[in-house]
Amino acid sequence: MSAALILAQDLAQQSATLSTGEAVAFWVLGPVALAGGLGMVFARNAVHSALFLVMTMLSLGCLYIVQQAPFLGLVQIVVYTGAIMMLFLFVLMLVGRDASDSVVEVLRGQRLWAGVLGVGLAVLIVAALARSLEGVSDQGLAEENAATGPGNVGNIGRLIFTDYLFPFELTSALLITAAVGAMILGYVDRHTRGRKTQKELVEARFRGEHDRPSPLPGPGVFATSHSVATPALLPDGSVAPESLSRLIDSTAADKLDAERKSVAGTGPQAESRALAPREEEAE
Amino acid sequence: MTRAELLADDPLWLILVKAVALLLIGMLMTLFMIVMERKVVGRMQNRPGPNRVGPGGWLQSLADGLKLPFKEQVIPDSADRKVYFLAPILSTIPAFLALSVIPFGPEVSMFGERTVLQLVDLPVGVLVTLACSSVGVYGIVLAGWGSGSPYPLLGGLRSAAQVISYEIALGLSLVAVILYTGSMSTGDIVDAQADGWYFFLLIPSFVIFVISMVGETNRAPFDLPEAESELVGGFHTEYSSMKFALFFLAEYVNMVMVSAFCTTLFLGGYMAPWPLSAINDNMFNTGWWPMLWWLGKTLIFLFLFIWLRGTLPRLRYDQFMRLGWKVLVPANLVWIVLVVALRAFRNEADISAGTILTAGGIVLVVLIGLSFLLPERSVPDDEDRVPVTGGGYPIPPLDLVVPDKAELAKPARQRRKRQTASVGAAEKETDQ
Repeated sequence: MSAALILAQDLAQQSATLSTGEAVAFWVLGPVALAGGLGMVFARNAVHSALFLVMTMLSLGCLYIVQQAPFLGLVQIVVYTGAIMMLFLFVLMLVGRDASDSVVEVLRGQRLWAGVLGVGLAVLIVAALARSLEGVSDQGLAEENAATGPGNVGNIGRLIFTDYLFPFELTSALLITAAVGAMILGYVDRHTRGRKTQKELVEARFRGEHDRPSPLPGPGVFATSHSVATPALLPDGSVAPESLSRLIDSTAADKLDAERKSVAGTGPQAESRALAPREEEAE
Repeated sequence: MTRAELLADDPLWLILVKAVALLLIGMLMTLFMIVMERKVVGRMQNRPGPNRVGPGGWLQSLADGLKLPFKEQVIPDSADRKVYFLAPILSTIPAFLALSVIPFGPEVSMFGERTVLQLVDLPVGVLVTLACSSVGVYGIVLAGWGSGSPYPLLGGLRSAAQVISYEIALGLSLVAVILYTGSMSTGDIVDAQADGWYFFLLIPSFVIFVISMVGETNRAPFDLPEAESELVGGFHTEYSSMKFALFFLAEYVNMVMVSAFCTTLFLGGYMAPWPLSAINDNMFNTGWWPMLWWLGKTLIFLFLFIWLRGTLPRLRYDQFMRLGWKVLVPANLVWIVLVVALRAFRNEADISAGTILTAGGIVLVVLIGLSFLLPERSVPDDEDRVPVTGGGYPIPPLDLVVPDKAELAKPARQRRKRQTASVGAAEKETDQ
């Protein structure tokens, strides 16, 4: 919807000064933004919807830059595209690509109020649009941005911290409230969940609350190969029973005979020319 | 003419030449970096590294780069094809785009045209690099999601969380620089460092920037999105051929970009270092010479990347996040408040630097004195306590003996029997 707003505004400005570069940028970016908006509404996949929205936001950011508001344009890209839509994507990916919304009304009267507020918003936007088409005369930012003055960034900074200080602080208070509220709702204390830290676990293990102080030995750690079929050996040379894979354990013993022999050192040993294959393997 | 006016005066062909030069810088630095990384890491590990292709092995990455596009392209069945194709492009383009605001040198004459060695000097130049890196994350996240397999998805999720958190620390460490310069334009930032580079004027900002730029580029020890021991290849597990090459290119161009950005912000950009700048009435700061200093400083940071990779083990994910949110961001905020207070004092009351330093010294001494008054952390008197090492982790019991086999085998046997039974049951089920 904001894309349409920009479009109308731009059409209104066309009667005033409009350089060729700006016109080209608008006719490229405007349709892209509009297509992004439509794509967001009509895409079936939630992630595709989010990507279309990203496209709209990026083209809006570029439009702002073209219209002599580089700070606004880049902040639009950094904040909306970079942070907010990324969080959206993050949640969508966590939820999974096939998840669909439940249509059950959780809050009573939710749909009614959504409709009322939606209509209200539409009226507001249409009114703003109508006003911008006739009542507002466009004056470029070129003068304000001139190098002699404080420039684009300086102007915005001064306005935010003087004339618009109260709305600005109010917005940040709203955001902080939302963030803190989400943290309080989402936070679960580690102790109530009953999970131990790595350090607590290690201490418990050394105190003897677990079977053994160390983790189970991996297969073949102390042996001659990394194969799962090769058991780990204890310091006295015997097989460590914990290192035996249960799959191997259920395999018929004679299949592993050769490996057992080679681990125990009773099988055929490597010869002096060990790189050459042994006789029985060569055939 | 000012820098911006000179740049705006560029004819179209000159802009094209500069754009092509930027592309070439990205590509060539990537080719060079890959070989250098392999050689340096090789040297750190007492092995020669690549030494077959070309003189001294220096053409190895060129050969690899030529080979990759011709390899077979494997696309997983479960992939979302459009997103899968989009991802490598989205990660590569912003990396190159961000190079456009980096100043490589001062005013020079290029084919008879006076210009500045920089593609564009926006009044919000530093935000361009931030915006580009935040768009670049989309490439990684979408690669993870679009591949349609679990490891890449985990890599993509990690990367999204990581880059967003570290971008906050990165962005905050820019604040002090912008406050000192009074401008967000990269060219102005370099000019403002003529009296002193910011890396020693703003040490905390510099340190935080360097740490978070490693996190931002997903490099070791912060390479969790592609942790090969946990996630195979992370977000690019399912990519092959040209698309994989694009991810590789994006990673290295990003490294070059953040190094160049750090040089611009803290190491005086293209300016000659001190003893050289005193020679012959600052001769080495004019003409094409500064490009060389820029390259040298950028290479220092690129070497740092390799050095870190060769030295440090990968962080655990929660440790990494804790470092970002609980150390870097708060430290940065405190530092910004300090900088703002200092500047306000100097602007308002016209206090000399000596007074500020003395006052700072007194405050520091008082703080140190107060820290002695704090009670020492009392060791809990617990007879159950396990002795700990210096690092705070318990010492293993020192009376370990070789376990008695007969005793050991008993419980193990029981467990194994139970498992054997379950495996057997599973087999029966599959048999039917």
